[in-house]
Amino acid sequence: MSCWKVKTLAALGMLMLFAGSATAAELVVLPIDRAKFLAGQKFDMEAELRGARFDEISVKLDGRDAAELFGKAPVIKRGDSLASCRFDDVTLTKVGTIVVDVEAKAGGQTYKKRVEYTVAPPKNRRAKNVILFIGDGTGLQSRQIGRILSKGITQGKYNGLLEMELMNGGTALITTSGYDSLVTDSANSASAYATGHKSVVNAMGVYENSDPDPMAHPKVENIAELVKRVRGMSVGVVTTSNITDATPAAMVAHTRRRAEQNFIAGELAKADVVMGGGSQQFLPQSTPGSKRKDDRNLIDEFKAKGYAFAGNRSELASANGDKILGLFNLDNMNVYLDREILRAQDVLNGFEDEPNLVEMTKKAIEVLSRNENGFFLMVEGACIDKQIHAMDWQRSAYDTIEFDQAIGAAREFAARDGSTLIIATADHAHGISIVGTYHERDGKKGREAVRTYANSIFPTYLDLDRDGFPDDPAPDVTLAIGYANHPDYYEDFKFHSKPVSPAIMSGDAATANANRAPGGALYVGNIPVNESQEVHTADDVPLSAAGPGADYFKGVMDNTEVFYGIVGALGLDPTK
Amino acid sequence: MHIHLTSPLTRGAAPSPLPSLNRTKRRISAPGALIYPFLALAALAVFAAVLSAGSDAAQAGQAQKPEKNFLRFEEMYASASSLGLTLSEKLLSLDGESVVMEGFMAPPLKPTLKFFVLTSVPMSICPFCSTDANWPSNIVLVFLKEEATALPFDRPIRVAGVLELGTETDEETGFVSLVRIYATGVEAVK
Repeated sequence: MSCWKVKTLAALGMLMLFAGSATAAELVVLPIDRAKFLAGQKFDMEAELRGARFDEISVKLDGRDAAELFGKAPVIKRGDSLASCRFDDVTLTKVGTIVVDVEAKAGGQTYKKRVEYTVAPPKNRRAKNVILFIGDGTGLQSRQIGRILSKGITQGKYNGLLEMELMNGGTALITTSGYDSLVTDSANSASAYATGHKSVVNAMGVYENSDPDPMAHPKVENIAELVKRVRGMSVGVVTTSNITDATPAAMVAHTRRRAEQNFIAGELAKADVVMGGGSQQFLPQSTPGSKRKDDRNLIDEFKAKGYAFAGNRSELASANGDKILGLFNLDNMNVYLDREILRAQDVLNGFEDEPNLVEMTKKAIEVLSRNENGFFLMVEGACIDKQIHAMDWQRSAYDTIEFDQAIGAAREFAARDGSTLIIATADHAHGISIVGTYHERDGKKGREAVRTYANSIFPTYLDLDRDGFPDDPAPDVTLAIGYANHPDYYEDFKFHSKPVSPAIMSGDAATANANRAPGGALYVGNIPVNESQEVHTADDVPLSAAGPGADYFKGVMDNTEVFYGIVGALGLDPTK
Repeated sequence: MHIHLTSPLTRGAAPSPLPSLNRTKRRISAPGALIYPFLALAALAVFAAVLSAGSDAAQAGQAQKPEKNFLRFEEMYASASSLGLTLSEKLLSLDGESVVMEGFMAPPLKPTLKFFVLTSVPMSICPFCSTDANWPSNIVLVFLKEEATALPFDRPIRVAGVLELGTETDEETGFVSLVRIYATGVEAVK
């Protein structure tokens, strides 16, 4: 705390008399303290005085006036209780530490703030392409559940490892917090991967200022923009959720509110390959099923920009061209278990020809790899997360296996190509754990049939058709999964043949859904009653990488370092 | 193939004046939801139901409803694709007609309401209050003649009223609806 603030009690008293609000004012500098930039990466810099209107303000970087350094005058805004000084679209090119000093004078009072930035040097190019696999919410336990179901375990030794676990070029534990809170959401965490900067919950590609307009927050250049601008690479985003959902959105868009999905849909034109669910954000509002609030038909707009459109699996197979828009559901795509195996009509809701993530990944690579400048592709296993939220670990596990097989397809390409870095990680974890196994062979049911320690005989999943997925999601001996956090819900440790919510919103409170486990036991929730689902946790997540540049990943790393692993491997130099 | 509907559409023998979102001029705000916990007990004795009495229906969407013009959620759309939903012949034929539907009341933002969203299954999320939650595609917006208290959200309810089709955006809330019922009665399914 600066000494000027406590000069004399009398002075403080005068200040309080003069401007009650000024005493509570706070000077905020964005990007925040300890932000790290790739040299030449574009960003918006903003100093906000919150709670007072400044008369004058100075922003200096290493003692040099910011306007002079950036070569442009700032935009100054003065409101009654908020004033800001902002430089848009600026860069830092001098590598090393930069000290930023901001000084604002308001009503006779001076506010000072010092932050330090790090500017990282560009590296030598080692990889032509990067494929980033994000298993949404796919923490260590999700990986292991996928491994058990897909590969099996005999006398304590696994019969095999997942594709992602076979990538040994670099292994790290990744921290996941944003700059506002310990536990992140998927927008905030994907934004760290895409920009190298932390953000706040529900935000992507921006630092949070005080503006109520979600589009007006200071931006940082993201990976899609960088690889396009610096090297003319191709970009792809592929997911199983709404393509406008947080993770794919954060690769291309800048907004404080991930809910701005109408806007995000348009921003996806920054990518050359766009595949997932969520056509509801692309159809004009007059079309039944649309979630747009205007009359734009983005599918037609994308077509006019040269995208081939695919609305189902067969159309994807025959789609050709350098740009593809594949939208395979109005909403999130169905999960693997329902889409490929169970195929209940009332679950599929008319979407009976959706491609799987492996097919989408292969097609994306086929199209993107035509660019001689290389490509950046993000592939998300989105519903691994959504199904754990719904406390349906079996549906989540099948999607983990599907996600892993997509990684397998990428590894096959990388083996042929020889210049592709593959990174497989999660954006955050969930509160699930493998407690033991469950069976009713001796007539026990419910918690008494949860087998712990020596009683946890190995599960009996079979994969007779060798497709990597268990033939039956509900064998005789299954896993006993515990949830570290949950709403009130009914538990019977059984598989649900159709998706069912653990709890139902009832005003501000979630109540247990009796249809989840008829006859099951009521488990009293251990999170606030307004949470109707299992929630994200702050656990670190594993990262596995292979290919040129993979050795960057080791030890415990901040999530923003994933970005530096990507741009470092590509040798991106935005200063040139 | 999808159908583009235009508004306004002809309504049938709907009660007049019909309430609507933009007519209520009632601003939706989150703080109203805070008093929800007090509602549950009072919720059952709410609407003056004018439905056929003595229904023994127990589940929303249950087949073989005896009432004329009973519309099940799964009957609303003939098909779905990435290019949109295709309204079913039955749904189209009931435009402007009196209908009966069963479903669940999605938790509204306020304990007293002039409209609510009818869903096929109980909502595990609250799109009104959560910025990243989406409404299902097959919702029905229900307008009430008079402001009333919410019914329990986890039990099926029955709505009778006049059906209206066509995309309509509420000026005040921005809420876009495709299928609406101007209710003449709403009650809990017994």
